[in-house]
Amino acid sequence: MSNSTQHAPSGLNKLLETNSIMLLLGILLMVSVGGIIEIVPLFYLKNTIEQVEGVRPYTPLELAGFNIYVREGCYTCHSQMIRPLRDEVERYGHYSLAAESMYDHPHQWGSKRNGPDLARVGGKYSNDWQRDHLRDPRAVVPSSIMPGYAFLAKAPVNDAHLAEQMRLLRVVGVPYSDEQIDNAAADLAAQAASDNAGGADLQKRYPNAVLGDVAGGSSVTEEDALIAYLQHLGVSVDFKLYDDKANIR
Amino acid sequence: MERLPLIPKRRTFGEISLSAIFVLLAVATAFVATRAYTPAYAFHMALFSLGSVLAVVAINMRFEKRPKAPPPLVIDGKPNYNYGPIKFASLAALFWGTAGFVVGLYLALELSFPALNFDLPWINFGRLRPLHTSAVIFAFGGNVLLATSFYVVQRTSRARIAGELAPWFVVLGYNFFILIAGTGYLLGITRSHEYAEPEWYAILWLVVVWVVYLLIYLVTLARRAEPHIYVANWFYLAFILTVAVLVLGNNTEIPISIYSPQSVIVWSGVQDAMIQWWYGHNAVGFFLTAGFLGIVYYFVPKRAERPIYSYRLSIVHFWALIFLYIWAGPHHLHYTALPDWAQTLGMVFSVMLWMPSWGGMINGLMTLSGAWDKLRTDPVLRMMVVSVAFYGMSTFEGPLMSVKAVNSLSHYTDWGIGHVHSGSLGWVGFVSFGALYCLIPWIWNKKLYSLKLVNWHFWISTIGIVFYISAMWVAGIMQGLMWRAYTPQGFLEYSFVETTEALHPEYLIRAAGGGLFVVGMLIMLVNIYKTIAAPRIDEVFDAATSPIPAE
Repeated sequence: MSNSTQHAPSGLNKLLETNSIMLLLGILLMVSVGGIIEIVPLFYLKNTIEQVEGVRPYTPLELAGFNIYVREGCYTCHSQMIRPLRDEVERYGHYSLAAESMYDHPHQWGSKRNGPDLARVGGKYSNDWQRDHLRDPRAVVPSSIMPGYAFLAKAPVNDAHLAEQMRLLRVVGVPYSDEQIDNAAADLAAQAASDNAGGADLQKRYPNAVLGDVAGGSSVTEEDALIAYLQHLGVSVDFKLYDDKANIR
Repeated sequence: MERLPLIPKRRTFGEISLSAIFVLLAVATAFVATRAYTPAYAFHMALFSLGSVLAVVAINMRFEKRPKAPPPLVIDGKPNYNYGPIKFASLAALFWGTAGFVVGLYLALELSFPALNFDLPWINFGRLRPLHTSAVIFAFGGNVLLATSFYVVQRTSRARIAGELAPWFVVLGYNFFILIAGTGYLLGITRSHEYAEPEWYAILWLVVVWVVYLLIYLVTLARRAEPHIYVANWFYLAFILTVAVLVLGNNTEIPISIYSPQSVIVWSGVQDAMIQWWYGHNAVGFFLTAGFLGIVYYFVPKRAERPIYSYRLSIVHFWALIFLYIWAGPHHLHYTALPDWAQTLGMVFSVMLWMPSWGGMINGLMTLSGAWDKLRTDPVLRMMVVSVAFYGMSTFEGPLMSVKAVNSLSHYTDWGIGHVHSGSLGWVGFVSFGALYCLIPWIWNKKLYSLKLVNWHFWISTIGIVFYISAMWVAGIMQGLMWRAYTPQGFLEYSFVETTEALHPEYLIRAAGGGLFVVGMLIMLVNIYKTIAAPRIDEVFDAATSPIPAE
């Protein structure tokens, strides 16, 4: 501070140090470059998101489950991003593709694994296992450090505003059809029903939607929704048919 | 004898318009509360309404009490500094710091003893962890930055801060944002973006507060009696401006309805991940680094009574730091579905970032040239100098971890947690404590109660940090190696839960380290309480703590 007279700045430095607006503009210029170069191309380079078959928007029940996954902060302990490393592929399955989370608003890739990765947990365990595990993780895995989520089984799922959410998701690029949005409540009930009523219509609208065995009891609970979401994780792409060379465009 | 006043006492334009805005806000939010989709959102809107009513009452009471004329900018040729909002922000920092550290300790214990989750929604790990990170980064760190920046900009400009209500609006408004964000997490209102969890209405409020913050800063600088803008202010300006850009970019979202706390973010998947870590890494770079370097550039030379080591170095490292930091985000996404070109850019710029980071460390440490003996006698200065050393250490560790080969081991493990805490406890925590130990006696015009207690705080916390980060290094590297361990037959050697079991001893040591850090904070609270409760010392000024206007 007291040295400023000894090293009197000149030229550009003097301008930046004596004019706060120029300083502000200088800072703005410097901090803009990196972000623009790293982010903008992701929106137009075609090979950013692979072209794959089978990824579809979430069913209403799965979407309700996704909302619960977000609400409970599951990302604080579980990633949904399998890296192309030998041990990860053998432990969790095929490495994750960008296409698999392209309808996730927000993404749930995570950054820390206090528990295992969940990107391909769908179909790995039965619904009953998931139910027991959510209610009391240590009854199933004795040394698990996961909190118990028994309260989800007591909470009826809030489906009043799912159609609004779906409509908005369509605005930001998730290809929900009018038919899917109009039938949100019916589809949610159909996927959770034990008697498969309405199941055919649901599966017409959402191929591969898992039916029936989600049923909890009289009303659809948050637990049912969360399990439907978990069972859908990572099952969309058939990797027997996936050609990873095809996406080098 | 009665004398008629020459000028009647009038409400200022600011008082009238701000009252009007808060009346409108109170009515609008009360209306939204009655139609809210969820009880939690109704509660938040009611809080907004109540807060607005209190604001109107406060503005009115302030008007009744204040003198007719606005406070003079200069008294007897000396600037009439405004310390009120600074006092509030420093005490808020102590409160939120204590709360955030205690919650952190509880989370550490939850990971050691999962029964402590009690299977309740409000205190399970997933909801409590964002409360911890937001409380320490944004509530504790944010209030330290508000307090110090409002002090430094006035002192180095030799000018009273701009506005009378505006600085209060910023500190109170910011703390209200913290209240909304924190209670929201516990009630399940979150966007589940790491370090960017608050929902759309909290962010909308924050943006208003932040714009006023920037304007106050610029207008105060415009009032300055010094030809040059002092280097600390460059860092504070970079912090304020860039955080605004980052928050706007990472919160491009549309609310489902004005009656719903939930919003839909415009970005998805890979783009959302890239924007999130562009935000996330630069929250570290500009909130936790640039802002706190501003503190270093004022409080270290002031406390050491030495000029900044190199003016030239401060110019070079400032511009290099802010230019390079922005690029580093993709190192959080190594080996993910983010395209390789972006990962490589992130890695290369992260490694380059090492140099300007160490430029800051060298400038901070070498400022002690000719005053190294003070480290022996002044534990406050020692705290700040050790914080700069921790800064140097974690800004070396960061580039190391951003190398893809290292990251393949360290990512997803506790090594990341250890790295973050050597930065946050060692660097941000210690420089904040040091600055508050300087600032609070200065603005209250008191003598710091006990340097001996500062010494205890320093050593107990330092030992706590060492426990914490070494436990996390061991835990992280061990778990990373266990995940990739193979048997001679070529099978994965450990199931996931076996790696969790192996971490238990390290988690206990970590909790012990965190506990020591909390003890240090409690010692600080006692010290500060005793300091503020003591009588003013206008006459008996201790040279070491006396504020001299910047030259």
